[in-house]
Amino acid sequence: MNIIELKNAKKYFKVGDSLVRAVDGIDFGVKKGEFISVMGPSGSGKSTSMNLIGSLDIPTHGKVFLDGIDISTLHESELARIRGEKIGFIFQNFNLISNLTAKENIMLPMIFQEVTKRERINIAEELLEKVGLSNRMDSLANQLSGGERQRVAIARALANNPEVILADEPTGNLDSNNGEMVMDFLNKLNKEGKTIIMITHEEELAKKYSQKIYWLKDGKIEKITRGKL
Amino acid sequence: MIRDYVNFTFKNVKKRGLRSWLTMLGIFIGIASIVALISLGNSLQKGITGQFSGFGTDKLTISNAETGYGPPGSTTIKKLTENDFNIINNINGIEFVIPRYVRSAEIKYGKVSNYQYVASLPIEEGKIKTVYNALNLKIDSGRLIKEGDTGKVLLGNNYFKEDIFGKKISTGKSIEIQGKKFKVSGILKEASTFIVNSIILVPEKDVKELFNIDNEIDLIVVQVKDEKNIKNIAEDIRNALRKDRNLDIGEEDFSVQTPEENLEAINTILSILNLIIIAIASISLFVGGIGIANTMYTSVVERTKDIGIMKSIGARNKDILLLFLFESSILGLVGGIGGVIIGLGLAFSISYMASIFLPGLEITTFGIDFSILLISFSIFFSFLIGAMSGIFPALQASKLTPVEALRK
Repeated sequence: MNIIELKNAKKYFKVGDSLVRAVDGIDFGVKKGEFISVMGPSGSGKSTSMNLIGSLDIPTHGKVFLDGIDISTLHESELARIRGEKIGFIFQNFNLISNLTAKENIMLPMIFQEVTKRERINIAEELLEKVGLSNRMDSLANQLSGGERQRVAIARALANNPEVILADEPTGNLDSNNGEMVMDFLNKLNKEGKTIIMITHEEELAKKYSQKIYWLKDGKIEKITRGKL
Repeated sequence: MIRDYVNFTFKNVKKRGLRSWLTMLGIFIGIASIVALISLGNSLQKGITGQFSGFGTDKLTISNAETGYGPPGSTTIKKLTENDFNIINNINGIEFVIPRYVRSAEIKYGKVSNYQYVASLPIEEGKIKTVYNALNLKIDSGRLIKEGDTGKVLLGNNYFKEDIFGKKISTGKSIEIQGKKFKVSGILKEASTFIVNSIILVPEKDVKELFNIDNEIDLIVVQVKDEKNIKNIAEDIRNALRKDRNLDIGEEDFSVQTPEENLEAINTILSILNLIIIAIASISLFVGGIGIANTMYTSVVERTKDIGIMKSIGARNKDILLLFLFESSILGLVGGIGGVIIGLGLAFSISYMASIFLPGLEITTFGIDFSILLISFSIFFSFLIGAMSGIFPALQASKLTPVEALRK
């Protein structure tokens, strides 16, 4: 069974009098343990697709299934809970809460899942060690370098031990060294059994790390190719 | 969970630093003024009530209907007489009746002379003590006047402290009243009222001689046996005097005052004063609440992205709502606690200043009287204002969809 599935999903926006078809009928499915990339030039509907794939948005037409459940049937709070439990997000610009420390940022998703404090601390410290930032545990997010922030973001994405990691341009704001480190992490996580969905415009990365690449153009899937993995 | 939210909220409030303090200023001012003014007001009320009850709740004062200004009895048209005294003396439930005389007299000390009011002290020792107790008179130097004393005078503290006659008067000196020499038997302790501090007390016999008083009485003080009956006795006196003077109800040319009536009147005025104070402070609190709401709206706009992040990592609308409500409540709460501290500080300072600049006032009159109830209520109320001011901004924040919030 697909963990995430989009069936003829469409997302239209009204801008003034005209209708923008950001995503115009996408069929997409990802199975447990897969590493999938979504490619496309800017304006191709990548970000909107990511929002639908990550259940951050509801399609105007079609269906999105998260772990077999049609998200449009879920109440806001149930969707938030399931999203927090099943999907970990990594964003291009890290999206950490700046006035919280690295550890607190990692603990935040667990607060919303009502994990006990002791457990939260243990998991956060474990994850910080995993991403090699044990020494920056109590540094505020805005005191960290770009590479460190993205590693904290990865640790945060893993906090609730989700099945899927959804990474939106994870290396977009990083230099090549840090970018490579982040990709190695994602690769390692995939090897450990996590499902990875990466939105990127870097063809090299997509080809190098993923098994399947979805090519988007004008809100539609233009083609699906295989990666090197 | 709640503790995490509170912790998170404190971080946000702290992050905004000066702006958080400015937001809380409105609440500070409102609560501080409420706490300070009510604390001072309560103590003023207690002090004044205390002074009145010091006069005794078992005493009645009968005077003629006043024409206006001056001490009781001095400006009346028709004087009370020995006849009235006898009528009152025969009413049931009365312990004893004291006739009092208050007259304006020429006082001379050294070469300076001026006019002051001279009041009488009764003849019998028991009645003298009643006057001392009623006015709460205590001796500072010398001794109080006793039964049988004549040619002696008791002076209020002002004559000792201030140069009313060009120089201070002390115990043992002589002053002239209406041309007759009187020896200063003692100086009274400084009291909280101007009337007591400027009092001149002379034995009744001397006053009557000085002013050739035969039948007239300026003021009659009645000591009742049981204070529970004081209202009935007051009514009996009114009826008896009315009957004697052949007057109908409403035509009285005399007045019978019970201490309760005086107290009630003053309490009413003080309560109105308190209400006005609360009304003014409420305006400040209202403005403070708007300040919090404004800050919270700004905070929602500033932190839209954070809201998006939190929603994408599993926060529900309810969580965001709570976070923002906590924040505004904490602004209110901290503002309230700060306001209470500032208010009490203010009240203490004012009462301290008052004790320096107005030394005659006893600390009970111008002290501070704060209750735990007032403090808890103020803090709870400011917390409530904070919470209420945050409702709309918090609702706005919670309803943002993760996508539109993240786009900011």
